[in-house]
Amino acid sequence: MMSAADLMSAALGVAFLSLAVAQLMCMIRLVLGPNTGDRILALDTMVINALGLVIVLGIHQGVRIYFEVSLLIAMLGFVSTVALARFILRGDIIE
Amino acid sequence: MSLEIIGTYATALFLLIGSGFALVGVLGLLKFNDSMTRLHAPTKVGTVGIGALLLASMTYSYVSGAPSMHELLIMAFLFVTAPISANFIAKVNLHQRACDTPPAPPRDDTWSTLKSPEAEGDIPSGNEGS
Repeated sequence: MMSAADLMSAALGVAFLSLAVAQLMCMIRLVLGPNTGDRILALDTMVINALGLVIVLGIHQGVRIYFEVSLLIAMLGFVSTVALARFILRGDIIE
Repeated sequence: MSLEIIGTYATALFLLIGSGFALVGVLGLLKFNDSMTRLHAPTKVGTVGIGALLLASMTYSYVSGAPSMHELLIMAFLFVTAPISANFIAKVNLHQRACDTPPAPPRDDTWSTLKSPEAEGDIPSGNEGS
């Protein structure tokens, strides 16, 4: 059986790798996407994956400052998704 | 087995769960063949995937001796905003007729999502502001 520290570093490596692969697959959908809804969805998922990467980086380095970074990324991602969708729906963001 | 070792195992487990959900959700985004079906998969990345990663971060902060509960803020924010953004993207799909149009409403002539605002004059066309 693996020791706890070995398992922790292996899990960190797997998390970094799978989040990076997920980010690349989102980019493929962003380029392919047949219509605008798919592109907005791919951008939203890319923001969420970047949030996960920042959280895993914070665990890896053991630094608390990445908490503020991830909170800011979450807020900006939500606001930008809503702004893009409102621009498609209404032709304007703030009427 | 001390509490610290159990906490480290739990952190590794939460990390694997979170990154696995992120990978599977984005695989669904890439492989499904309809816009509304594609919308279903990545919403799980935002809730379960990021939720498990934040749980891992919280558990690891307890293991490393500097406990913090700040991650609950991000989790609450994501759980509130994920349905809102999914609803907006579904409205974009309906508006662009990328999926089947729902049956006509009983009273009005069409759904408000399908109306184009320029035709009704809701938005001023010039630059005189509002």
